[in-house]
Amino acid sequence: MSTTNTEEGSLTKKDFVTENDVRWCPGCGDYAILNAVQRTLPELGVPKEKFVVVSGIGCSSRFPYYMNTYGFHTIHGRAPTVATGVKSANPDLSVWMVTGDGDGLSIGGNHLMHLLRRNLDINVLLFNNRIYGLTKGQYSPTSEVGKKTKSTPVGSLDYPINPLLFALGSEATFIARTSDTDQKHMVETFKAAQAHKGTSFIEIFQNCVIFNNNAFDTVTGREVRSEQALMLEEGKPLRFGENKGIRLNGFDPEIVELQDGDDESDLLVHHSKTNNPAYASILAQMAYPAFPTPFGILRQIEGRETYEDALHSQIKASQSKGEGNLQELLTGQNSWVVE
Amino acid sequence: MTQATDSFEEIESAVVRFAGDSGDGMQTIGERFTDSSAFAGNDIATLPDFPAEIRAPAGTLAGVSGYQLQFGSRSILTPGDEPDALVAMNPAALKSNISDLPEGGMLVVNVDSFKKMNLKKAGYESNPLEDEEFRKKYQLIELDLTTLTKEALSESPLKPSDKARCKNFFALGFMCYVYGRPLDPTLKFFDQKWGKRLPEVAEANSTALKAGHNLGDTMETARNRYQLAKAVVQPGVYRKISGNEALVYGLVAGAQSANRELLYSGYPITPASPVLEGLSALKKFGIKTVQAEDEIAAMGVAIGASFAGDLSVVATSGPGMCLKSEFIGLASITELPVIICNVQRGGPSTGLPTKTEQSDLLQSLFSRHGDCPLPVIAAHSPSDCFECSIEACRIALTYCTPVIYLSDLYVANGAEPWLVPNAADIPSIDAKFADPSEEYISYKRNPNTLARTQAIPGQPGLEHRIGGLEKSEDGGVNYDPENHEQMTHLRADKVERIADSLPPTQLHGEQQGDLLVIGWGGTYGAITSATQAMQAEGFSISSLHLRHLNPLPKDLGDIIKRFKKVIVPELNLGQLSLILRAKYLVDAIPLTKVQGKPFKVSELRDSFHKELS
Ligand SMILES: Cc1ncc(C[n+]2csc(CCOP(=O)(O)OP(=O)(O)O)c2C)c(N)n1
Ligand code: SF4
Ligand SMILES: [Mg+2]
Repeated sequence: MSTTNTEEGSLTKKDFVTENDVRWCPGCGDYAILNAVQRTLPELGVPKEKFVVVSGIGCSSRFPYYMNTYGFHTIHGRAPTVATGVKSANPDLSVWMVTGDGDGLSIGGNHLMHLLRRNLDINVLLFNNRIYGLTKGQYSPTSEVGKKTKSTPVGSLDYPINPLLFALGSEATFIARTSDTDQKHMVETFKAAQAHKGTSFIEIFQNCVIFNNNAFDTVTGREVRSEQALMLEEGKPLRFGENKGIRLNGFDPEIVELQDGDDESDLLVHHSKTNNPAYASILAQMAYPAFPTPFGILRQIEGRETYEDALHSQIKASQSKGEGNLQELLTGQNSWVVE
Repeated sequence: MTQATDSFEEIESAVVRFAGDSGDGMQTIGERFTDSSAFAGNDIATLPDFPAEIRAPAGTLAGVSGYQLQFGSRSILTPGDEPDALVAMNPAALKSNISDLPEGGMLVVNVDSFKKMNLKKAGYESNPLEDEEFRKKYQLIELDLTTLTKEALSESPLKPSDKARCKNFFALGFMCYVYGRPLDPTLKFFDQKWGKRLPEVAEANSTALKAGHNLGDTMETARNRYQLAKAVVQPGVYRKISGNEALVYGLVAGAQSANRELLYSGYPITPASPVLEGLSALKKFGIKTVQAEDEIAAMGVAIGASFAGDLSVVATSGPGMCLKSEFIGLASITELPVIICNVQRGGPSTGLPTKTEQSDLLQSLFSRHGDCPLPVIAAHSPSDCFECSIEACRIALTYCTPVIYLSDLYVANGAEPWLVPNAADIPSIDAKFADPSEEYISYKRNPNTLARTQAIPGQPGLEHRIGGLEKSEDGGVNYDPENHEQMTHLRADKVERIADSLPPTQLHGEQQGDLLVIGWGGTYGAITSATQAMQAEGFSISSLHLRHLNPLPKDLGDIIKRFKKVIVPELNLGQLSLILRAKYLVDAIPLTKVQGKPFKVSELRDSFHKELS
């Protein structure tokens, strides 16, 4: 049996690696995400035995098998429900949920919506590779319209869903996007998610080398990144490329090129804690090629009570007037005695 | 209110049915009459019968709601085949119930509602109360209930329409007079329900109730009044209990006796919603309840909570069971304790959502992907739901397995007197989590029960992963053909092992004979009554009622062999008989009924007679 040292600061990445062979395809983006999570968890000050990783079904959902924590590989689309059960039963646990674009937004869209609106303190990592990986390459609800796959030989018909807008519409209190190509950004984002009290929703652009290779190259590729991605920084104006920025024209964002000496004050400044969802909605809808694609924390609403806290405080409030007595319950208020 | 006792006719039991519009408060007065009867020391069995629509158009046949009960000084096991007295609040209630009232039966009608419009809505061409033949056929008591109630409430500050709504209690008062029922429990009910909030409503209903009672007293001295002795029962503290209430209490008791926290998750569905509502009201017992977004989610929440160490429970009805099916497979392969309650109703699909049926037995036994046998138990009466839910807790925790608990609408909504158990006498359930000081192998089994031991998140050093993929004993994913075969057998054998823990099967009657009646679930009262009656007639007949439907008791095969014939009454097309035939190669005769109604004792007797002649 391994003895676990649970003291803060004494855990390392190694503590979170299992003996299981990792069975993703060579070059799959999932490896990078696994690495980032294993680098993040030891730094959170949470004892190792308190982590629980819950997933659905898909390539991405194999994740718990590779994490040396408590883990549960459940069924397709339903991880939010199991995670809700774990967290409701024991709010003291740090619950991480891993899902895919098909798992979380197709078969499990309903559950994901309800997890987000209930605001359980769970960190949701949605690996978006815009394809069904495990079932070998059918289009997914985030695939671009017209996507040619084995199940759509002349192109898919349905319009894709935008995961960030979905999360916003579901009243998520923390919404972020990161990419499997950026270790540092992933770790930062995961840490921020853990610090947030409430459900944290993180869309991770994840490359499926086999069935949808290079799907995100236009925004994550090394050469184009600075021009075509927008890195959100709290309190800073929305700037990208050498000299470009985003400002509002009515309700519409527009790109401006700043000349030497131009004032930045015209530009939108990133405030993720704005209560009004309009700003986050504008960001969520910005995408290459019309705009740079944003990465970072789009929205972060503090102070909304979590489901599990509310659940347990109702119980505490009720028990403060006296705990239940089984005999009284069984006898009830309208009993009679037979001599 | 005292009446000369010499006008009482002593009877052993009676069956009364209240019928009216859904908005007339028939369920309420039925329950009150039941409480008064229980309070008077009689044994009781009830049959609430309401339409699927909350308020179908007033006065129509579709909107008729009824409540039947049987009460008596002898042991009462069923709500009665047919009423001795029928209270019909409107023409529709008369029309849809009169065929059940035998000739000479007491018929109380609210004549105020026998107006043209209502007669037409009920499909009467002419007023049946004006038909001489009809009038002679029954012991007809015509009351202008609406008028009388309004008159009685002339002093009340309530609006006229609200006054008229008290007429159900006027009718109840009258029937309490006829059957010598005490008014006190109902007066106490008014006080508890409205006394503080709406004292004028409590007052008006009390006045109406008493006025109805007084009317009986003054109306017609020649009218029969009945008297029933107290039922002879074991001394102790009694209360009235419904099946769903008993389920709720059993779960609370089971969790306490296992020293586990209880988490319930559910999605509303008739007739299981009272379980969600009942447990949600028990926060002071530390019970967590989650109203999930659907039945799939409810099952997922329960599985997650079970993984985290709670005793978790879901309750639903047939359609919800279908939705849970994939998750039940996950609970089976991961071997997590979850109690899955199915309060059955008429199916398939939305079927007869407010009527009873026992047609989900095969679903409970088989409706899963893969070879996935699970323990299945069924409650046979309202109070038996208490025992059964504790049994479900015992099996789930002792064998680390999902358990299916069946009841049905008849059992869940029906009520009977219950000898309140002593909480301290409820046996404890010994279910320990893994010990962090020992090496943990997640699917290592107890050699006796074949159960694995759970290690719950938060315990240092016991980190492990579970999931839906086949695994070997150490919990690692394992696709080897032999391993899968071994694991499939182990899971099945574990469920089979439960039979070792069951007491000998109780036979009602001789240990051998001509006819054995085998039943399960809510048919208990009717089967037992019919069997008893036939034994008294000298027939060689015995009955047994199965609580455990999987695994079946080990002695069942031998018992079956000792009888010449086996008959299996069920409210389905013959599901248990199919199992018995397959398992014991016995020519079990199916006796089936799927009308959304329980068996009548007379129906069963007729069929048993046929087999024995
Ligand atoms: C009930 C059910 N239906 C279908 C499947 C088959 N299935 C497994 S994974 C999957 C799609 C996974 O796609 P995604 O969630 O995007 O995960 P990825 O493999 O891309 O990481 C499907 C359809 C299943 N396992 N269960
Ligand atoms: S199929 Fe795609 S997503 Fe799945 S493991 Fe291979 S590369 Fe990764
Ligand atoms: Mg995918």
